[in-house]
Amino acid sequence: MNPQTGTAQETVLKGIPAAPGIAFGPAYLYSKDVPRVEEKAIAPGDVAVEVERLRTANVRSEKELQKIHAFAEQKLGSQSARIFEAQMMILADAILMGTIEQRIARELKNAEFIVKDEIGRYRQMMLAAPGEYMHERAHDVEDVMNRIIRNIQDQRLYSRLQGESVIVSETLAPADTVIFSRNQILGYATDMGGVTSHAAILSRSLKIPAVVGLRTATKAVASGDTVAIDGYAGLLVINPTEDTLQALSRKQQRFREFEERLVDIAGVSAATLDHKHIELSANLEFADDIDFALQQGSAGIGLFRTESQLIGRPDYPGEEEQYAAYRHVADRVFPNTVIFRAFDVGGDKISPDSGHEANPFLGWRGIRVLLDRPELFLDQLRAILRASVRKNVRIMFPMVSTVQETRAARAMVVRAQRELDARGLAYDAGIKIGVMIEVPSAAVMAEQIAADVDFLSIGTNDLIQYLMAVDRDNDAVARLYQPFNPAVIRTLKNVIEAGHRRGVWVGMCGEMAGDPMATLLLVGLGIDELSVVPTVLPEIKKIILSIKHKDAKRIAEKALTMSTEHEIREFLSSITRDKVPEIPLDL
Amino acid sequence: MIERTVTILNRKGLHTRPAATLVKTAARFQSDLFIAKDNFEINGKSIIGVMTLAAEPGATLRLRIQGPDEEAAAAALVALFERKFDEE
Repeated sequence: MNPQTGTAQETVLKGIPAAPGIAFGPAYLYSKDVPRVEEKAIAPGDVAVEVERLRTANVRSEKELQKIHAFAEQKLGSQSARIFEAQMMILADAILMGTIEQRIARELKNAEFIVKDEIGRYRQMMLAAPGEYMHERAHDVEDVMNRIIRNIQDQRLYSRLQGESVIVSETLAPADTVIFSRNQILGYATDMGGVTSHAAILSRSLKIPAVVGLRTATKAVASGDTVAIDGYAGLLVINPTEDTLQALSRKQQRFREFEERLVDIAGVSAATLDHKHIELSANLEFADDIDFALQQGSAGIGLFRTESQLIGRPDYPGEEEQYAAYRHVADRVFPNTVIFRAFDVGGDKISPDSGHEANPFLGWRGIRVLLDRPELFLDQLRAILRASVRKNVRIMFPMVSTVQETRAARAMVVRAQRELDARGLAYDAGIKIGVMIEVPSAAVMAEQIAADVDFLSIGTNDLIQYLMAVDRDNDAVARLYQPFNPAVIRTLKNVIEAGHRRGVWVGMCGEMAGDPMATLLLVGLGIDELSVVPTVLPEIKKIILSIKHKDAKRIAEKALTMSTEHEIREFLSSITRDKVPEIPLDL
Repeated sequence: MIERTVTILNRKGLHTRPAATLVKTAARFQSDLFIAKDNFEINGKSIIGVMTLAAEPGATLRLRIQGPDEEAAAAALVALFERKFDEE
């Protein structure tokens, strides 16, 4: 905004579309403000006043935390809500608060200074302790400390968040969930993060338009600026012109109309006009989202990320705890099926293990961890097997790179079954076992791997990253993350054909499965199953219902003759528009 | 004053939940509880203190209990460690 003239320059930032939708309104720059604390001497007569400020702040902090906790529990499930339990316990620590009050009286210092000094000491000790778990607790301690200080200073955290706002922030940690607990969030834009980041997942589950990976959004935007978010194209428009706002409104209208029409097809199973059935299922990580996925017309859960159970805890849950969780999921999904992916820890994923690796994406993750830790792996396998008694459960292994690993993982399933036999516990003896194809070596050896399993599921996020040797979260090279690169498409073709030669079905559970522009291509390549985020499921289904398999095959063949991503994108975009005109594709 | 040495037997160590159970148990008694690990001692009735111990499985802690009901408190606390905080 130029204060002299009152005119504003429209600026467009390009990021990664993380949750669909369009929003505009005043920006609210959310930063983890560390409250400024000054050391002040107080008169002995003011001790009572100072103590009262502390107590009032604690009551208010407790109310805030209860609200956040209830919100997290409702929206994200009890696992995620646990993050806030430690903070609530610290706030209720009578010894700690008693010590702070005594120090105020003895040292004659202002309450916030003593709070910072006393709680800060514990924080320092936790940071000094080894292990990721203690460092996370140090963050909890810091959060609760800042919350108390802010309340002592009587600053409302979101005082400027009057009415509806578009949140702009650097990043979003699970503990920042609070900002979504207000029902006034129009949209969300972040500097960092990819489509699989916490911010993205949360926005999608709450149906809030979001764009992530904008790099400079927090620098370019000031609170109060008018901004627009295009969650379809991944754009943040700062000070949009009247024309831009109108164009975005029209776009939103088009999408809304389209979405309304999609409700009718929720109960229809996904098949092409010439009767090729595609199993269309949902990717989930929280049991709480199952109802939403089924409402959206999902045929089941094609990827259940079991890592969600590890959020905010120091260790892996044991067999009983996991069994209860998986059984709950399997029962809610029944008679549809659920594919549980074994813990995919490491890389950017949550892990209770704190080992540092120079190159985690090429390091100890997925099946590599599980095979190295048989007790952990067997706990999980027994839990999944026990949850399979109604025969609607499948198991999938992440990050497999060799035939050897596939066989070793299968052998572990047999071992888990023998252990359950010995305990007289029931399971589905015919349980289907699959692997994710997300490492190039596994893609090359897909046929040999397929010989040892019941299905393959292509994980495009990692497969593209490894195939193109590009970190999609690294802005300098993110443009090379190309789902439609000819090398990627050829690889997909090879994997699908390899699976079919061995008589196993081949699915896809990466982001690409949910990209409307990819549907024609994937159906044409012969994909049997697509597992997508529930929000985009009706759109993908609509495309499948509108096309013929034999046309899709020709389209895929033509795409395979092209040599650049650009060419393929242009081709797929125009042909998708042509075949399914009502799809509001925006590219 | 009573002193007892205990070992963390549960698989997870003294993380948030066992720490809360320990603090709650100590709060049932009038006696003071101090817990020392290596050369570091905290008030056992304070959750933030117990969390700061970062006591891993197998770690040895020294409990110091002082007050009118110290016998009963010591027995209850030692039993709690032996029962692995009722978590397993």
